[in-house]
Amino acid sequence: MGKIERNPTGTLSRRGFLEGSAGLSFALSIPGALFAPRVALADDATPGAIGAWVTISPDGAIVLAIPVAEMGQGSLTGLAMVFAEEMDADWSRVSTTYPPVKPEIFGNPIFGGMMVTYGSGSIRGYWDKVRLQAAAVRNVLMQAAADRWQVPLGELHTGPSLVVHAASNRSMSYGEIAGFAQVPATMPTIDKSALKKMADYRILGKNTPRLDIPGKINGSAQYAIDVQVPNMVYATVLRTPVEGGTPEHVDDAAALKVPGVLKVVPLKNSVGVVAETIEAAFKGREALKVSWSSLPTDSFNSADGMKDFLARAAKLDDKGVSYVAKGDADEAFAKAAKVMTAQYSSEYVYHAQMEPMNVTASVSPAGDSAEIWIGTQGVSPNVFAAAAMLKTTPDKIKLNQFYLGGGYGRRSPADMMPEVLPLAKAMQRPVKLIWTREQDVKSAQMRPMTGHQVEAALDADGKVTGWRHRVVGESVVAYRGTDKALEGAKGIDGILLEGSKHEYAIPNQSIAYLREKRGIAVAAWRGIGAGYNKFVVESFIDEIAAAQNKDPVAFRLELLKDEPRAQAVIKAVVDKSGWGKAVADGHALGFSYAKVVETYVAAVGEVSLDPKTGIVRAHRFWIALDPGIVLNPDSVLAQTEGNVIFGLSQTLKEQVSISGGQIEQNNFYDYPVLRMSEMPEIDIQVMPTDNPAKGMGEASLPLVAPCVGNALFKLAGKRFRALPLSPERVKAVTGV
Amino acid sequence: MAITFTVNNKPATVDAGPETPLLWVVREHLKLTGTKYGCGAGMCGACTVHLDGKAMRSCQTPVAMVAGKNVTTIEGLSANSDHPLQKAWLDLQVPQCGYCQSGQIMQAAALLAANKNPSRDDIVRHMDGNICRCGTYPRILRAVERAAKQGA
Repeated sequence: MGKIERNPTGTLSRRGFLEGSAGLSFALSIPGALFAPRVALADDATPGAIGAWVTISPDGAIVLAIPVAEMGQGSLTGLAMVFAEEMDADWSRVSTTYPPVKPEIFGNPIFGGMMVTYGSGSIRGYWDKVRLQAAAVRNVLMQAAADRWQVPLGELHTGPSLVVHAASNRSMSYGEIAGFAQVPATMPTIDKSALKKMADYRILGKNTPRLDIPGKINGSAQYAIDVQVPNMVYATVLRTPVEGGTPEHVDDAAALKVPGVLKVVPLKNSVGVVAETIEAAFKGREALKVSWSSLPTDSFNSADGMKDFLARAAKLDDKGVSYVAKGDADEAFAKAAKVMTAQYSSEYVYHAQMEPMNVTASVSPAGDSAEIWIGTQGVSPNVFAAAAMLKTTPDKIKLNQFYLGGGYGRRSPADMMPEVLPLAKAMQRPVKLIWTREQDVKSAQMRPMTGHQVEAALDADGKVTGWRHRVVGESVVAYRGTDKALEGAKGIDGILLEGSKHEYAIPNQSIAYLREKRGIAVAAWRGIGAGYNKFVVESFIDEIAAAQNKDPVAFRLELLKDEPRAQAVIKAVVDKSGWGKAVADGHALGFSYAKVVETYVAAVGEVSLDPKTGIVRAHRFWIALDPGIVLNPDSVLAQTEGNVIFGLSQTLKEQVSISGGQIEQNNFYDYPVLRMSEMPEIDIQVMPTDNPAKGMGEASLPLVAPCVGNALFKLAGKRFRALPLSPERVKAVTGV
Repeated sequence: MAITFTVNNKPATVDAGPETPLLWVVREHLKLTGTKYGCGAGMCGACTVHLDGKAMRSCQTPVAMVAGKNVTTIEGLSANSDHPLQKAWLDLQVPQCGYCQSGQIMQAAALLAANKNPSRDDIVRHMDGNICRCGTYPRILRAVERAAKQGA
């Protein structure tokens, strides 16, 4: 503690306000300090602590320990709202802090109890756990009031931060009760049936300003890259140009001559440059000359790889690993009156999170404990990795969580630990390690390149009797974990295959995974597998409809007869968009539907194409979605807007190419992402239903590409089956 | 070498190589960390500050160039986060991850200082060099329009 110093305009140093008389809750309510390291709030000895998750001050200020990384998705506020709702707290008095790393208390049940933030899993993962915790807190407060007043618990109810005994017209504030309440050693167990119903919600379902936003409009929000630790030095790394390479010969003479450079440290897959300033570290990196070990991946080119992937997708006798086997697909195809076949593909894409990868760490002189300052989706993985590297136990690793300048899956792994810990150990000073943007691109962990073959069996009446989808690509599960992890999942890569399942009533289906091993770093990316798999599914469904001269919406509704939530969002988006009516000259509408992270989404996109340049423009998108219970409606809109823009960016522009095992791109000048002048108008209809709240951070993204592709078919009369739909590729298809 | 300039109306003297990007001087020497490192190539706008009132990419500005001049960072845009743009940003809940937003606001502030009544096209043209990966462009556009209407 006491190591964080705020910038001069923040005026308060952390040490300053902790020494002051304002008290803990005040300190934590300073905007921008939401993720600042905290004092042991969860300690039962902390005055006002009601269990591990809540501290209530006498003045009624409530601090909730919320174990999610906030990277713009809004789940910090969302989960706090869930907690406050069930606890019946006065929302205006609620602030949050990141809890200490105690996965046994704060872990996410759907991710093996780890403290992680990914897979659009915060709300759906913590939904029951947080509500039950909050209900237990409320119960303790009510019991304390009942004891004080000598009345039965059943005669009490709660209002915003208030316990009320209506019969005697008495009430007591949560703040007052917290001052005397005896908190049981074990918090009471609450039955799920006692939880609040949607109709009784006071906080959830209403537009609620996000708690992190005030600090994000004046520069005070603290990201890990902003941390200032006394006596720290700066570092950057030159990493292996080919994944897995190790430095064989390091010529550091020129780097060490750069004024301010202190040390050059060869690491496992990189070479670290430590300096008194970040500018000196970056200059020193430029001056390094390193030769790297050779690897099989050195010969990999993504263009050739794609040809191989697609060739393999076509070899039906190469069965791969079965993901979905419904009915008898082989028989359906053998008996089919007609078979349709198409090949689709998607390239490697880069997260392009705006905050380059960075971390700060300090290692004890004995080398057996460390303090880490980081913005991470993977709190538990980083703590475990650090403990393993230092041959110590996780409790000896203190991790301070910050806001994340974009995550989208990139900030899940613990890949910075093997760099920062040896550097901090070697320097015996805290080290702030920042990758250059170029390094961030060159060491991208990408959404895997994929090749697909998809087939439909049709009977004489045109009914779809069989579906076959073969997905070829490198395994994310094996890269992120190990081959064993993939074997543990029976060879089924749930990240890569996400979205290949669909709800269409086709009696015989086969979906298979054909694994490739090329040694490329692949990762979860916003929308994970659905980003390309829904492009395949929704484009091909459109192809089948078009081949039968059927309206693509009517065709889908026919196949979704038993899916009322799907029907509802499809009908809503059709009404809103004016589907089927005339559009501007040279424009066309494309449609797609999908269930992503258990959220139902339907989309229509209005698109035009300049045949001469091959430039595709999306003018407008209409989205209708049903995510179950909606916690913060405006946040759902914000996420959906972001999904459309991120999704359009990957649809039209994004591609990492690999030559000689090395990523060819460098920075935003050769890896362009969507800019404001390219954004479409976005019209969103949120359709809440009384179903458990599901993921919003990536649900609509996968719908964008098929909308664009299906609209292009109407404009050009040809199918566009390879992402991204960049001008060169579009022209290659149109032949203009 | 020692370089003296004004930052947020206060005098600052830093000891840095003349070619050091203003970005690092502001962030790491002066600890004004609201200005962000995004690309170091002038391609993303996360590092945008004002130099004598004009929007500049601080990652492309050698510190020697600002000697004797006025630099304004997000921390100095207003005393209480009450610049009309900041109010509009809050009202419309613009930021998501928030990392690019200091640069977005500073870029927009320079536009409104020069053009009180920008058209939608003016805004898009002026803001097109600032990347937001989360996709907050629709809200940025609306917030700039709202701030213009309310007299930035």
